[in-house]
Amino acid sequence: MTDERRTPGGDDTKLTSRAPRVTRRAWLAGAAGAAFSASTLGRAPVVWAQRIKDVTLRQVGTGVSNINEIAQKVKEDLGLTLAMTALDSDAVVQRTVTQPRSYDIADIEYWMAKKVVPTGVLQPLDTSKIKLFDKMVPVFITGKLTPSSPVAQGTAPHTVEFVDGADSARFAKAPTRWATMIPTIYNADTLGIRPDLVKRKIESWTELLNPEFKGKASILNIPSIGIMDAAMVCEAAGRVKYVDKGNMTREEIDKTIATMIEAKKAGQFRAFWKTFDESVNLMASGEVVIQSMWSPAVTAVRAKGIPCFYAPLKEGYRAWAGGLGVAKHLTGLQRDAAYEYINWYLSGWVGAFLNRQGYYSAVLDTARQKMDPAEWDYWMEGKPAAKDIVDPFGKKIEAKGAVRDGGSFSERMGRVSCWNSVMDEDRYMVGKWNEFIAA
Amino acid sequence: MIGPRPAAYWQVAPLVAVLAGFVVFPLGAIVVASFWDYENYRLVPTFVLRNYAELFASHVTYVTYLHTILLAALAWACTLLLGFTVAYFLAFHVRTTIWRTVLFLLCTIPFWTSNIIRMIAWIPFLGRHGIVNSVLLATGLIGQPLEFLLFSDFAVVLAFVHLYTLFMVVPIFNSMMRIDRSLIEAAADGGATPWRVVREIVVPLSKPGMAIGSVFVVSLVMGDFVTVRLMGGGKSAAVGLMLANSLSLLQYPQAAAGAVVLLVVVLGIVGTILTMVDVRKEL
Repeated sequence: MTDERRTPGGDDTKLTSRAPRVTRRAWLAGAAGAAFSASTLGRAPVVWAQRIKDVTLRQVGTGVSNINEIAQKVKEDLGLTLAMTALDSDAVVQRTVTQPRSYDIADIEYWMAKKVVPTGVLQPLDTSKIKLFDKMVPVFITGKLTPSSPVAQGTAPHTVEFVDGADSARFAKAPTRWATMIPTIYNADTLGIRPDLVKRKIESWTELLNPEFKGKASILNIPSIGIMDAAMVCEAAGRVKYVDKGNMTREEIDKTIATMIEAKKAGQFRAFWKTFDESVNLMASGEVVIQSMWSPAVTAVRAKGIPCFYAPLKEGYRAWAGGLGVAKHLTGLQRDAAYEYINWYLSGWVGAFLNRQGYYSAVLDTARQKMDPAEWDYWMEGKPAAKDIVDPFGKKIEAKGAVRDGGSFSERMGRVSCWNSVMDEDRYMVGKWNEFIAA
Repeated sequence: MIGPRPAAYWQVAPLVAVLAGFVVFPLGAIVVASFWDYENYRLVPTFVLRNYAELFASHVTYVTYLHTILLAALAWACTLLLGFTVAYFLAFHVRTTIWRTVLFLLCTIPFWTSNIIRMIAWIPFLGRHGIVNSVLLATGLIGQPLEFLLFSDFAVVLAFVHLYTLFMVVPIFNSMMRIDRSLIEAAADGGATPWRVVREIVVPLSKPGMAIGSVFVVSLVMGDFVTVRLMGGGKSAAVGLMLANSLSLLQYPQAAAGAVVLLVVVLGIVGTILTMVDVRKEL
């Protein structure tokens, strides 16, 4: 259309065959220039700011980080519109793989990346355009929290963080310039208990299958996560010995599932849960007194005035992590807006927002700047709260003097035993898991 | 033999088009997909029997079908008994149309809220610390809370009965209203007891209504997965749940094969019901 305006006159065939090529190239140069200036200057120029206002990015992800407050804040700060869809874990994988044009940003977990990235629906991201990439927690780059800490088993994020090149969908063994996703969030999960009903200390994963809690235990029914909790339990109980929990052999899967089926038949489990809300209801109603749980679910139970404890266990934590991926179809202004959004995401406000819910942010320094020192000490340092602790929605969740369950960041993230996983025998495992659920 | 007039074809054309586009075509697609292969989320359009072979080789399939059929049978028996009783009361004991309408509206109360809300509402009612257990404990009838009330087959069937009894009541009531009252009077004059009237006049003549209600209830229960998941606490198996699991894991061809088998089974059950009773009497 612009082409026609720029080449008045001349015959029609020439116009369509030659003229557009020239002008499109000129236009591309202009667009690239705009993108360059925007990403290097940080503060967007006026022209840029106005164009990005027209951009809508559609984000699909789990309920964990698809929060309206984030969309409101990004509208205030950058002007772009974020349209979010929250789904359960399995549905997110399904959506990202089968409907790649239905979203622009995939807010997914790293175990999902192992399934999603090889299908080629996401585009590798240029880490040189991510300003704070070098400030990232090293877990995502080397797999180690500190240079001396061990690499946990399972689908550790650094193993699926990089691809070979700009057009590759193959995971790279060592860090490259091209990232599958930009990390944003992670946490260490363990068992949640009702201390008022359990009435004693819980220190091992084996307690999930302790007959003492017959008919009062629950485990989550998302195969890739549930199998890891099951493995933690079986290993702690000495029922199964694993070479690598995160990549079990068929025999190890068989033994794990057999142990779980035996417990189920004996009436150990009250229910299985699939969504965050279900786990909160099971715990708050007292139907269940010990179960797999996610950190904010523990907070949600406590917010109802019901005691709930996120027990640190001697075998360590099961960890998970999530990040932002960009759909393959994004180009031009939309892609630039996506990079801008990701850079904004890491710049502190969201990090503080996530930390205040008990998650951890990928870039800690910037999040710290946006948090009150008392908040930082409570959430990250494991110190007693110097004042009442308030969640990001303004609700008081802990009184002055409280200490975070499990302690500081390094005590919790430093004791990760395995990550949520997708195994080589994934299909076999899922089949077996369904046998357990149906047994 | 005289064929239908050409205009008749035009008259059925819209219905044929809608059914072809929205029933036959999607079903055909499911049947085709059930023979496809899948690999890491990619569908491979070929012709393999693997999905069916895996389905029939797994003992989980048989256990799940047996369990689903058991649930369907229990739900069917309960809704039939309740539905017949309610319909009988409405048809023969309530005399005025206004009262019938009012009482019918009462029957629809369960449908005033969404399915999910209705099911969640059972939890504080049937739970370990729920109303039923609290009352029973307080009256000293039981010493320990009854665990089977929630997250069990009992809870699943209870929810089904609560949800689907109306589907029995309406067609049975409709059949009963068509029974010639003079038949009943004649039977009574001839010395038949009320019970014999029910057995030899009302039940046989309400059969078409019972058949239609049964078709509704059985096909709804056989395909259900939400009720089983929420009321069974995620521990109960059902065919619909099995399909939902395959779908959520992107194993579409497997889910398609499961759906085809379920369709055949349900059509078989519905066919059996319809051969036993001539439903056309109703229409």
